[in-house]
Amino acid sequence: MSEKFETRDIVVPGDLLYEGRIRTGENTFRSEGNVYSNKVGLVNYSKDRVSVIALEGTYTPLVGDLVVGMVSDIELGQWVVDISTSVNAILTMPDAINKSFRTNFDMTSVLDVGDIVVAKIVDLDRRRTPILSILGRDLGKVHEGFIMKITPSKIPRLIGKKGSMINMILRGTRCQITIGQNGKILINGRNREDEELVVKVIHKIETEAHTSGLTNRIQEYLRTIKEDRN
Amino acid sequence: MSKTTKKKTTKRKTSKKKWARVDGRKPDELRPIHIESGVIPNADGSAYIEMGRNKIIVGVYGPREMHPKRFSKPNMGILRCRYHMAPFSVDPRRSPAPSRRDQEISMVMTDAIEPALFLERYPRSVIDVFVEIIEADGGTRCASINAAAVALADAGIPMKDLVSSCAAGKYEGNLILDLGDYEDKNGESDVPVAYLPKNDQVTLLQMEGIMTQDETEKCIELAIEGCKQIYEIQKEALKKKYGMVEAAEETEEAPEEEEPVEEAEEE
Repeated sequence: MSEKFETRDIVVPGDLLYEGRIRTGENTFRSEGNVYSNKVGLVNYSKDRVSVIALEGTYTPLVGDLVVGMVSDIELGQWVVDISTSVNAILTMPDAINKSFRTNFDMTSVLDVGDIVVAKIVDLDRRRTPILSILGRDLGKVHEGFIMKITPSKIPRLIGKKGSMINMILRGTRCQITIGQNGKILINGRNREDEELVVKVIHKIETEAHTSGLTNRIQEYLRTIKEDRN
Repeated sequence: MSKTTKKKTTKRKTSKKKWARVDGRKPDELRPIHIESGVIPNADGSAYIEMGRNKIIVGVYGPREMHPKRFSKPNMGILRCRYHMAPFSVDPRRSPAPSRRDQEISMVMTDAIEPALFLERYPRSVIDVFVEIIEADGGTRCASINAAAVALADAGIPMKDLVSSCAAGKYEGNLILDLGDYEDKNGESDVPVAYLPKNDQVTLLQMEGIMTQDETEKCIELAIEGCKQIYEIQKEALKKKYGMVEAAEETEEAPEEEEPVEEAEEE
């Protein structure tokens, strides 16, 4: 019946977090009545549960997530999209075309192999394959910009509390940024300099994601870089 | 053959009081170990280990779609290890083609690490572990398992525990821990062990050479003690990657809460 760490301590897989009965939160598991961590992360004790905020992690698809992926194959009536999960996602024709179509429809006219898409996960089927949709505002094929990858577990940090972090970056750099929950970020700016600034800032966030007071530090960082440039 | 054994016995008699290992270590002393995590930026997880003169780099990719697809399992993921020795890792040069020995070590590594993973969470997919031996100095399979465990944790793959591995053996009649290349080749016996410290579970146990039952049991115990020491070093290596930044930012204000799922607003 006791806590073995302090909140926000770094823990590694197999670390004993709690002895006794408590609810297990994210990235923890119960074994022989005790709670252990199963990832590298920061431990978080709340009143009735113990959880670990992962510092490294793979992406687990959830319904409603916005993802950035690449079309890797075209099958009969569906596209296979690589969204860097354990299994590829499926995009069916009714989820991609907002009008009636015939069976001889040319699928490559909508998306071809190698195209980058911004899509939403609308469902997980009974084998837990993600089902995508590109019907909606700001979804669909990507025509310009470039992609950068970060660890998916650090995406919440990049967005910040109610989008505070990302809004600050958007204001500071005037770039269009689309954040896929799968760790892929689509960046499109007016010029190369702005885009490079975004990359620098995101790298800084990624390496310092586990520290506190990050938003203020990033604000400062953005300002100093801009001053250097002028 | 008889000549060498004779030589050994005489040697032992003369130096019985002050028996020392070839590199001057105590019988239950490990070689110096240095582990670093996150050394390959393009891999999902990676680690580099120096265990004595062994130099090994490990990259982890996945969980990802399995190719060829027919090898994937519908109910669980698959762990695939590839152990490979660089041609320049040993003297004389070694052919880079995978050998029987490479295949065997790949298999025992997979079996040693698998119990620590939650593979049932990743059906129809694969976790790839690539182990490259840059320099070999005895006990590479143990060092590889140590590095692979750190690399898997670095990749953020859920694990029940880290896997630690260490060999023990018999050299010139003495039971010793963590055999180097010379002791491995000239000793009487070698017992590599992989161990899950949390559950007190042995996941790899091989043996080469001749020992009595009593000696074997002692050897396994000795190896497990070594594994426990390595376990602490592995933990340190994982924490070290974040420790440096945190120490610098100690004076910052209250911790910020993270918003679990929030979408970016586009402008």
